Formats: sequence, C-alpha cells, structure tokens
Amino acid sequence: MTRKAIETTVGLFLLIGVAAMIWLALKVGNWSPATTHDYEVTARFNNIGGLTVKAPVTLAGVTIGRVASIGIDADDYSARITLQIDQAHDNLPTDTSAAILTSGLLGAQYVGLDPGAEETYLEDGDRIEITQSAVVLEHLIGQILIRTAEELDR
Amino acid sequence: MNWLRQLGGGVITVVQHLGRAGVFLPGVMAATSILWRRPGLLIQQLYSVGVMTVLIVVVAGLFVGMMLGFQGYYTLVDFGAESSLGLAVALFLTRELGPVLTALLFAGRAGSALTAEIGLMKATQQLEAMEMMAVDPLGRVIAPRFLAGCISMPLLAALFSVVGLAGGYLVGVGVLDIDGGSYWASMQTGVDVYDDILGGIIKSLVFGFVVAWIAVFEGYHAESSTAGVSRATTRTVVTAALAILGLDYAMTAIMFDEV
Repeated sequence: MTRKAIETTVGLFLLIGVAAMIWLALKVGNWSPATTHDYEVTARFNNIGGLTVKAPVTLAGVTIGRVASIGIDADDYSARITLQIDQAHDNLPTDTSAAILTSGLLGAQYVGLDPGAEETYLEDGDRIEITQSAVVLEHLIGQILIRTAEELDR
Repeated sequence: MNWLRQLGGGVITVVQHLGRAGVFLPGVMAATSILWRRPGLLIQQLYSVGVMTVLIVVVAGLFVGMMLGFQGYYTLVDFGAESSLGLAVALFLTRELGPVLTALLFAGRAGSALTAEIGLMKATQQLEAMEMMAVDPLGRVIAPRFLAGCISMPLLAALFSVVGLAGGYLVGVGVLDIDGGSYWASMQTGVDVYDDILGGIIKSLVFGFVVAWIAVFEGYHAESSTAGVSRATTRTVVTAALAILGLDYAMTAIMFDEV
C-alpha cells in the first residue's frame, strides 16, 4: 500500500470515529450545545408521583421543555421542581397552571402546562402558582375501595 | 517451607514486573515528543493498530447489538415495556459493552500484534541495532505504537456503540416489530450525555491507555527467544483482559456513586 493510500484510510478512520462520537452525543444523548436559549420557572406540588428529571414539559401535547431538577421545599415539605422551557415559548401567561400527568395508564409521567389569560408573561425564575399533583394509583384505588365499602354498608 | 519460598518469589516477580512497567511509562510518554517532528510514524501505526481493527469491531458490534435487541425484548416484554428497547440497548452499549468488548477485541487483535512485533524486533536485535546508530527505539518504535493505541481505542468504542445501536434497531424494528419512533425516542429521553456517553468515552480512553501500555511493555521486555515472544504475547492478552475487567468494575462503581 502506498503512503498516500495509508494516510487517506487513516484520515477516514479518524473522521468516522469522531463522527461516531459526535453522533452518540447529539442523537443518542440528545445533547444540545445551545442550552442558553432556555428559561427556568419553578412549581410546587404536594406529590410528584414518579416524575423524574429530564421528563418532558408539554403545552397542548407539544414538548416545549424538560424538568431540570427536583427538590423538597424545607418550609412546607412540598416538592419543588424546576422546569426548563425553550425561549421560543416565552409568552406563557403568569396564571398558567401545571399538572403532572401520565402518558397512558402506567406510562412515564410528564408535566402538562395549561395557559391562563393574564396579559403578563412568565419570566426566568418565576413560579407557577396553580398546580395539580400527580395521581397516585394506590390512593385512587384506596378511595374507590372506601366508597364501595360505604355503599355496601348502606 | 519450599512452597512458601515459591509463593514469595512469585509475588516478588509480579511486583518487580509492575515496577518495571511503571518506570517504563514515563520514558515512553517523554519519547512521544518525537511525533511532532515525524507524524508519519504515528500515521503508519494508526493504520496497523486502528484501521486494521475496524472490521472486527464493526462485525462484533453488529452481532452484539442484534443479540441485545433479542435479549432486551424478552426481558422487557414481561413488563409490557418493550417500547423502551432502544433505551436498554443504548445504555448497555454506551455504558458497558461498547468500551469493554471493544477493549477486549482491541487487546486480542492489536495488542497481541504490537507485543509480537516489538518482541520479535528485540529477539532479532533490531532494537539494539537502532541504539548503535544513535536512534532511540523508545521514540522510533514504542512511542508511535503506544499513542496510536491510545487514540484508536475511543474511536473504535464509539464505532462499536453506533453499529450496535443499528443492530438493535434491525432486530427490534425489523424482526420484533417495535415502533421505530419509540426506539429512538426512549433512547433520547433516557440517555444522559454526561453520565452515559461521556462516562463510556472516559472508560474507553482509560482502556486504550492501559492496553497500549501493557502491549508495548510486554513486547519491549520480552525474552529474546521464540518462546519468550510467544509467552509475552500470551501475557499481553491475559493481563490486558484482566486489567480491563477489573478497571471496568472500579470505574463503574465510582461513576455509579456519583449518580
């Protein structure tokens, strides 16, 4: 093999290898270098159920952001989650409500936003006041059982 | 009493070996500076170490990916979670199997070849001849091979993961009829760039460094005989495989701790 052919194949190998790495990061890891185009709002919930970090945040079913972090508010023991929302959707009214929903009956949980009617918009660091906690299946079943028992008593 | 003496002797030999390898490493690292002046040496070795290993890595990656497609499906289908197959395959490949299996193949294909080549050069006194001509064999022979191993390994591991993902897709979507969109979607929501992808790349960097180090060391310190070269080649593959698996456990434990 000539020197030139070897250099070409080595160059090709390096190129393909680096391309594979970048592809893994971008396509599989879903890495977006431009994270600065997001803004963050917080929301408090009594119970977040099985919500995890990186879960989608949706508006009318369309994913517009992700859950950035999950923590506990030390004062009132509620769950405090931070939502990272794409800057393109910076026109959410301040009375927007957030609910933790489940895709399918037992599927992954996500945050659904429901826009309100205020003229002012949510900005970076704001808090969503109106929230609806996750439905915990055990609680739901418990309520149904109690109700059935009450009806049987009657 | 005799077995005690033998045991002690064995331990001393191992420690001595380790010490010699430790002293050897800085010399090789210092000698890599020659490659700024003669990059052609590195390109030659990237060809024989990296390019020549691509085929086996791609074929192995494809089969491992297809196997993961089947195995992952049969595990997940019991929980009705077969739509997460893409996530399972991606995590297996990027976190563990990509770096580890590539490193094992790399040690078998490239590491043994390096040791045999250097060992034979030593046995036929080519290295001494170089020193006679005031050519530093560490810079001329060892350093390019060492560096080529360090550079090739992460690239090969990334290639393995990508091909494996394609293999998983072939089986999952083509044979088992999972939705192609959910294969990619579950992967993209579940895989983290820093914990999973970067962790895998760090692993493959470490494996490449260790395998290349062991291979050139065993070759350079092989006994100058036919049997010596064959023993050194065997030692390279065995030591490298054990080092890869041991280090993999240690690194996984550390990275797992951080999550």
